[in-house]
Amino acid sequence: MSANQTLNLDKIQEIIERHSRNKSKLIAILQDIQAVYHYLPADALKTASRLLKIPLIDVISVATFYRAFSLNPRGRHVATVCLGTACHVRGAPKILEEFERQLQIKKGETSEDGEWSLESVACLGCCAIGPVVVVDGDYHAHTTIRKVPNILKKYRK
Amino acid sequence: MKRMKKIKTIAELKQIIEEQELSRKNEPMKVITVSSGTCGQARGSLKVIDALKRAIKAEGLEEKVKLRITGCHGFCEAEPNIIIYPDGIFYQKLTPADAQTIIKETILEGKIIEKLLYKDQQTGKRAVKEDEIPFYKKQKRIVLGDNVLLDPTSLQDYFSIGGFRSLIKTLTELTPDEIIQTIKKSGLRGRGGAGFPTGVKWEATRRSPGDIKYVICNGDEGDPGAYMDRSVLEGNPYRVLEGMIIGALAIGAKDGYVYVRDEYPLAVRHVTLAIDQLYKAGLLGKNILGTGLTFDLHIAKGAGAFVCGEETALIASIEGRVGEPRQRPPFPSVKGLWGKPTSINNVETWANIPLIIKHGADWLASIGTKGSKGTKIFSLVGKINNTGLVEVPMGITLKEIIYDIGGGIPEGKEFKAVQTGGPSGGCLPASLLNLPIDYESLTGAGSIMGSGGMIVMDEKTCMVDVARYFLNFLRDESCGKCISCREGTQRMWEIVKDISEGKGKKGDLELLEELAIATKEASMCGLGQTAANPILSTLRYFRDEFEAHIYEKRCPAGVCKKLIRYVVIAEKCTGCQSCKKACPSGAIQGTLKDVHLIDQTKCIKCGACLEACQFEAIEAQREVAILVE
Amino acid sequence: MITMKMNGLEVKAEEGWTVLETAKFYGLEIPTLCHHEGLTPYGACRLCLVEIGEGAKVKLVSSCTYPAEEGLVVHTDTKRVIQARRMMIELMLSVAPYSKTIQDLASKFGVTRMRFKIRNEECILCGLCVRMCAEQMDGKAIGFQNRGYQRKISTPFDIRSEECRLCGACMYICPAIQLRCQGPQAETAICNACLTMDPTCLDYYDELQCWMYDAGRCGTCVREKK
Repeated sequence: MSANQTLNLDKIQEIIERHSRNKSKLIAILQDIQAVYHYLPADALKTASRLLKIPLIDVISVATFYRAFSLNPRGRHVATVCLGTACHVRGAPKILEEFERQLQIKKGETSEDGEWSLESVACLGCCAIGPVVVVDGDYHAHTTIRKVPNILKKYRK
Repeated sequence: MKRMKKIKTIAELKQIIEEQELSRKNEPMKVITVSSGTCGQARGSLKVIDALKRAIKAEGLEEKVKLRITGCHGFCEAEPNIIIYPDGIFYQKLTPADAQTIIKETILEGKIIEKLLYKDQQTGKRAVKEDEIPFYKKQKRIVLGDNVLLDPTSLQDYFSIGGFRSLIKTLTELTPDEIIQTIKKSGLRGRGGAGFPTGVKWEATRRSPGDIKYVICNGDEGDPGAYMDRSVLEGNPYRVLEGMIIGALAIGAKDGYVYVRDEYPLAVRHVTLAIDQLYKAGLLGKNILGTGLTFDLHIAKGAGAFVCGEETALIASIEGRVGEPRQRPPFPSVKGLWGKPTSINNVETWANIPLIIKHGADWLASIGTKGSKGTKIFSLVGKINNTGLVEVPMGITLKEIIYDIGGGIPEGKEFKAVQTGGPSGGCLPASLLNLPIDYESLTGAGSIMGSGGMIVMDEKTCMVDVARYFLNFLRDESCGKCISCREGTQRMWEIVKDISEGKGKKGDLELLEELAIATKEASMCGLGQTAANPILSTLRYFRDEFEAHIYEKRCPAGVCKKLIRYVVIAEKCTGCQSCKKACPSGAIQGTLKDVHLIDQTKCIKCGACLEACQFEAIEAQREVAILVE
Repeated sequence: MITMKMNGLEVKAEEGWTVLETAKFYGLEIPTLCHHEGLTPYGACRLCLVEIGEGAKVKLVSSCTYPAEEGLVVHTDTKRVIQARRMMIELMLSVAPYSKTIQDLASKFGVTRMRFKIRNEECILCGLCVRMCAEQMDGKAIGFQNRGYQRKISTPFDIRSEECRLCGACMYICPAIQLRCQGPQAETAICNACLTMDPTCLDYYDELQCWMYDAGRCGTCVREKK
């Protein structure tokens, strides 16, 4: 999960074989690679380019175009604040600011100790329970500025 | 879940459907239906389900009480909620602790538990059954209604409500052309936003030369605030898939894709499972039901790009490329996925197909207005009492949706605007509350129908802030090819941002309008062409608010950080110290029971104090000292 | 043959032609920037916009990508087209004010002010370099990355590319860096000085020797009027 984790090229190859080395499956392949490493290591992109016979720059165009992908290692915990319209109207920007203050990082960054990444998403489709924050896959409903420290405490061990 | 065996003939399918319909009629005495979509789960429905299971077991009622876990019911405000059949008793906002009481008192003793019933915000009246609740009264839930009846992971459940009878009808009674004529006659228009007549699109695709054709389900519901498609895919994937098989038959396609947003993991799971089950049942794949029909369905996941909701960008995404739209003509119905004729339709559009086949074209045409037939699902969110998914006949007014169904604005605040159509739409003010909902009237008012997002705003919402929000969204989601869209949204955002920070100047509004029109005219795809709508509509109806920001350096709604300051209202302050404890920068001074004071030099305008105060003693007032650079 | 109407004239186009190709064939001038004959059309600069359709269905499309269609009605210089073109040039100028190509376009189409904050990024993301590298030079060393306002053109990981053969084709084709404005006020945006200056060839000849047909407005050879 950290930048120092050695890349298992066999694993990358296996993922690509699973998709029958199909060029058009590039996005699904990158999603599967990211599911293992929590980001897209440079060597993984180069391997994908080589095995799928897609020019490296094209792989990178795709990897940087879609927001689901991260080319930088992410923290052990990922906090995602929903900034959809409904959540915005209910005060999501202020929730994001509180996370930034608590974690001492800005949106899109990862903390120096590699523990936390703070991200945002345009809409999760859970507008009724907004403002929504997802931490490590757990959905937190009706977040308020005061709830933020408690939410973080649950994951900080 | 019983193992599904391959169904080899139409007759066999008919028999299975009849068996399941019968078994539904003979279901245990009581059926408890629990709403458990993504939101329901986020609100704790899984724990409630567990508690109910344990309570049922504890009373030894496994044979007499069936627990059916469904997708979204749509009344999100009430979740976790259950409906107890056959009586139709509706209990809302449940906690695991309520489970035992429900089993003991309602199931065993037949008593109604008052405190779990829906309570009307304004009248205080309690409703026992689903159809007594005002939220449901004006709705016409032809698509969403079935979510209540089935477990979205059970194909048998879908059979038990008559699922796939429409497919049988198309295979035995209708030719492909007749199917298309039926859809055309019904007047169904694309529910994704553009409102293009579905039947016409199918016809064009069918008429295009070539043997290889595709059908695609556009589940890339990118509009923030809209989640109707998520609900349908999570709660009733079989209906969408049945619609696609019928569509494939009509068009002559042997391959199809369901494109679902990456941000909807539960929807992806349910659709993947449904496709898998249909293959096992022989309803997908080669020689379906022995008719010689072949149809393969694949799932494709989005990867976080709003622009992929645009047809040609979606196609590019499935082809493994960057989601850049391309010039149309040629249209996808002529040259689409991998250059072949393709019909891309929205989730809700597909979900309507089996219903139209079942009830007939005239049935759908009898609902709605002259130009907009049928119903539309809207996600009613924001500053509204009854947040949820509402399905209403076209032609109903905004007022009815917001007040009769939505229950009005919470905390006694004033309605200010309702935003429809997502980032491609506009904000409609109170003066337009009597506007009937249909494609043309919304476009005429400066907004669009869009995919169905309906965000309600009150007096504490700043329209300059809303315009800035949408422009920020668009400049980030633009694919970036056309300079008109890329630079247009960026520059518009810069100007509105300056206005919201008190740096607006004379001529800004005129420049914004000029830029908005250029972006609209010169851009190639729908994103750029509608990018101007949020700013043009807010300028049209709320120009005075922009002018206040520019000329008076004042934010009437008290939102724009640089133009407000938080102040304690001495008369209301009780000295409870809640604000002081909440303040992250130590800007509040005051001792217990004394009036508190906010030190403006330390205040970072985070708003935590206002949130913490229980006595409405903190206000966002006009910032008197504006630093203009 | 496809029959269309362009600026009132009946024109005939071959199958597969774009509106731009048809206009060029008939000598109708449509400005372009990201278009190049040897490369696939892209449609990024939006300068080649033309008005198509009639009545309420009129809209603007980029002629370099729009296919010639039977019965299409095209107008190349209506008010809407000119206003849109001007805004595109204004937007490009605010990003790349030193570019001579864009300065010339500004002079030619009457863009006399720049109301946006100057960014001096030089790259207007027209994509000519990307397509040149990929299609003509078979290099695929550079490409588009990110999207929206963060879009950029670079090599993989922003480091020296292994595919780059240092052919220089990208620099050759780039409209923003290729020629720098030579006028006396090159530092300030939109000097329009070319309009008020003398072509140098008139010192030696009785008539303009300029091949640009712009009557000396390209600026390369001009100097202040005495």
